[in-house]
Amino acid sequence: MTTIRRFEEESARAYAQGKIGGFLHLYIGQEAIAVGAAHALRDGDHVFQTYRDHGIALALGMTPRAGMAELFGKDTGCSRGLGGSMHFFDVENGFFGGWGIVGGHLALAAGAAFKSKYLNDGKVTICFFGEGATNIGGFHEAMSLAGLWKLPIVFVCENNQYAMGTPMSRTSAIEDLTLKAAGYGMIGDRFEGHDIDTTTSRLQLAVDRARNGGGPTFIEVQTYRFRGHSMSDPAKYRSRAELEERKKSDPCHIARTRLMEAGITEDQLDDIDVEIDTQIDDAIKFANESPPASEAFMHNSVYAPSLITDPHRYDPTNGGQA
Amino acid sequence: MPEMNLVQSINSALRHEMKANDDVIVLGEDVGKVGGVFRVTKGLFDEFGADRVIDTPLAEGGIIGTAIGMALYGLRPVPEIQFSDFIFPAFDQIVSEAAKFRYRSGGEYTCPMVIRTPVGGGIRGGHYHSQSPESLFIHTAGLKVVCPSNPYDAKGLLLSAIRDDDPIMFFEPKRVYRAVKMEVPEEEFTVPIGKAKVVKEGKDVTVIAWGAMLFEALASAQEVAENDGVDAEVIDLRTLWPVDIDTIVESVKKTGRVVIVHEAPKACGFGAELLSLISEKAFLHLEAPPKRVTGWDTPFPYTLEMEYLPLQHRITPALIETVRF
Ligand SMILES: Cc1ncc(C[n+]2csc(CCOP(=O)(O)OP(=O)(O)O)c2C)c(N)n1
Repeated sequence: MTTIRRFEEESARAYAQGKIGGFLHLYIGQEAIAVGAAHALRDGDHVFQTYRDHGIALALGMTPRAGMAELFGKDTGCSRGLGGSMHFFDVENGFFGGWGIVGGHLALAAGAAFKSKYLNDGKVTICFFGEGATNIGGFHEAMSLAGLWKLPIVFVCENNQYAMGTPMSRTSAIEDLTLKAAGYGMIGDRFEGHDIDTTTSRLQLAVDRARNGGGPTFIEVQTYRFRGHSMSDPAKYRSRAELEERKKSDPCHIARTRLMEAGITEDQLDDIDVEIDTQIDDAIKFANESPPASEAFMHNSVYAPSLITDPHRYDPTNGGQA
Repeated sequence: MPEMNLVQSINSALRHEMKANDDVIVLGEDVGKVGGVFRVTKGLFDEFGADRVIDTPLAEGGIIGTAIGMALYGLRPVPEIQFSDFIFPAFDQIVSEAAKFRYRSGGEYTCPMVIRTPVGGGIRGGHYHSQSPESLFIHTAGLKVVCPSNPYDAKGLLLSAIRDDDPIMFFEPKRVYRAVKMEVPEEEFTVPIGKAKVVKEGKDVTVIAWGAMLFEALASAQEVAENDGVDAEVIDLRTLWPVDIDTIVESVKKTGRVVIVHEAPKACGFGAELLSLISEKAFLHLEAPPKRVTGWDTPFPYTLEMEYLPLQHRITPALIETVRF
């Protein structure tokens, strides 16, 4: 969790320095959910996430180097610098991507879960999305299919209270989102997502159910993002007092307390922090020094290589003009 | 006369028309209290209230679908889609329903609706925040498609669009939002839909552009005038469909050469239709093969944005080649 926190704090700094452009959606405040999910899953399972994807990618095992280089738009990044913050991918670690179109990835996740059922391969898919996404058609279509086909999937709604600048109270007729699960014949669960022990154990229940043929679960995890929707959002739509109150249940602090309760000393934790800082510094250095995204790769990665030539093909010998 | 940027001039048009006509309704994600992702609807919620400036749930199909229903029943909705890349969940409603209403009701019903949406690259948004999908809508009979390049035209065109009885796609070049300031009247005025504008007269080559790329075309025209003595004529289409073919043909007859610039990929981009029209109507006047300077046939890249966009450094050589042919 601290790796995610430090990774994002440093990426925010790099963004302010202009090294990262476009959009940067931070996960700060929600870390216990991604890490809980990573604990609940096994190697070979699948995860789909929205554009707020750095946390889960790191939790699943992506290196800070590959993530940071992607943010910097470098050829060494996890999507070779062509995707950026919202579009991390990491096949090796079962990460099926950050997705930028709200609701667009839910049915895709159901498709991956379909394959697991089809092959009976014992794998589980987790699909994350925000509470805002539960309003769009793509959510309902995916829930409908997954419920009908009893797919081995866990839909995890990270309810951080705001969809961009609009609080849920102004865009949803209901407050308890698990009511939506019933309509699709799915079990619902709802809990607060600040404590890593809670997130791990509750997600584990749903993952096990999926793995054991018990069908899909819809989970609403109540959480809060400490930063704006993205770097360009000053979050003026909420009060300072509200934010300060929420920060009292900072998942990273809670995790630290839990570890100390379990007998880890303050010194040991500090040593781990230093190690993480070194790793993040290394990732920044790596991203800075890596070569930029490749134009040739951009042109050659649209289709599988084939003998048919595109009439507008990229011709590097002619200033790129076909 | 006040100076306005594109955000302010569109806001001014919306405010004017909402004051003048109670049937005008604004709806979309974050358009109310927050004032929209790009703050284009700022202040409208306070002035006109939650019934007329509606913060919707995140549901593009629902936004456009209900807007169509409102329009059929006599309102004049102006829905906002936060980025034109997010329009596809509503594509069905636009293509299957909005575009066909007049036709399939035997002219009894119309669908007076303006879908406002930011378009194009320039903010390093990557493939989901940068695309230019205009030709998908031009291809759909029944829609009008508008794309202003500057604050003055934007206000005048938006007022015309809201008063128009057919559904209109109103693409706002996001790269221009705060980049250009000019004098725009506080009071109402209209710019007609379907009329292009010759923004720079010239005799050697016709350059056709719209939206943010107009400024790149103008910069190239100036560059070749200074360095190569080439006198380019630059046309800002302003309305893409119905296209002002007369202005284009008149210009091509004069120059005999044409270069089309657009951000969208080349394959089936609007440039393809324009060149077909030019071949049909002015073939014998052409003195050089026409050229298109466009986005690549790839998804829009995050980092290689300046390589992808048809900017001045790619337009200038195309002008020279066309003139020297
Ligand atoms: C189809 C679509 N519509 C709109 C957007 C713009 N948008 C991006 S994130 C967002 C809010 C999403 O809120 P929520 O689902 O609660 O997720 P959170 O960002 O809070 O994690 C919006 C409106 C989009 N990316 N895709």
